[in-house]
Amino acid sequence: MADSSITEATLNLDRLRAGDKAAFAQMVALYADRLYNLIVKLLGNPQEAEDALQETFVNAFRNIHRFEGRSQLGTWLYRIAHNTALMRLRTRRPDTISIDEPVTVEDGEMLPRQIYDWRDLPEDEMLTGEALAYMEAAIQQLPEPLRAVFVLRDIEELSTAEVGEALNLSEPAVKSRLHRARLFLRERLSEYFHERTGDHV
Amino acid sequence: MCEKPDCKQLLESLSLYLDDEAEEALCAEIEQHLAECPNCRIVVDTLSKTMRFYHDHGHASLSKEARERLYTALDLNDYLRDSES
Repeated sequence: MADSSITEATLNLDRLRAGDKAAFAQMVALYADRLYNLIVKLLGNPQEAEDALQETFVNAFRNIHRFEGRSQLGTWLYRIAHNTALMRLRTRRPDTISIDEPVTVEDGEMLPRQIYDWRDLPEDEMLTGEALAYMEAAIQQLPEPLRAVFVLRDIEELSTAEVGEALNLSEPAVKSRLHRARLFLRERLSEYFHERTGDHV
Repeated sequence: MCEKPDCKQLLESLSLYLDDEAEEALCAEIEQHLAECPNCRIVVDTLSKTMRFYHDHGHASLSKEARERLYTALDLNDYLRDSES
């Protein structure tokens, strides 16, 4: 875990821009975990995500003099992480693409089909290792443009404005993608819990 | 299943509603609909639960080994101990 005593506020941007190694180390300690979560969700492969994370920090360090402080440092780093991961996705050879092709999500498909009621199932029984793996796999099925928005907004707790800045999207676009992502995941979880509880009514 | 025009309209606004960003009038409309439509109630509640599950359990962390590899690659080994709480 990152040292919780380091916060963005205590990072010294001037020292960072001047190439100070200790300041860089603080930045890595503060953001490695958060950036990793975005990257691994985008790439779906922990090993490749590690490489991309490393690349992200190298790119950040190389370009830190261009960081003007108009956005938060975190937002700026998320943008670099996102671009780095996308670049890797684009250069993947077709035969290395996962067989779980991402499903296309048309607006029409967003209508809830699963009305299975799993609201009151006991959570400690629901959240098995298998369920958590299923949740992770469901994220991998999200179309990439929805995935980054969902991860940053609902898992990493960025604001709508910050997500928009990191991903270069308008706020309405962030909200609309977020909503579609949530509905998609709700659908997947409902299917899963329905099937698992064996209650096919 | 949730195919009445009301339900479709409501569906569009659910994230706003759950994020407390719906305006008062819309909010009241949604709550009225939810009181009368058990299917939409299920959708709202399971949507909210989906969000919470991912919020609480969806974060993938770097393993200790992966963190060590990162620090080595970035030539930051001297700072590795500082980064661990």
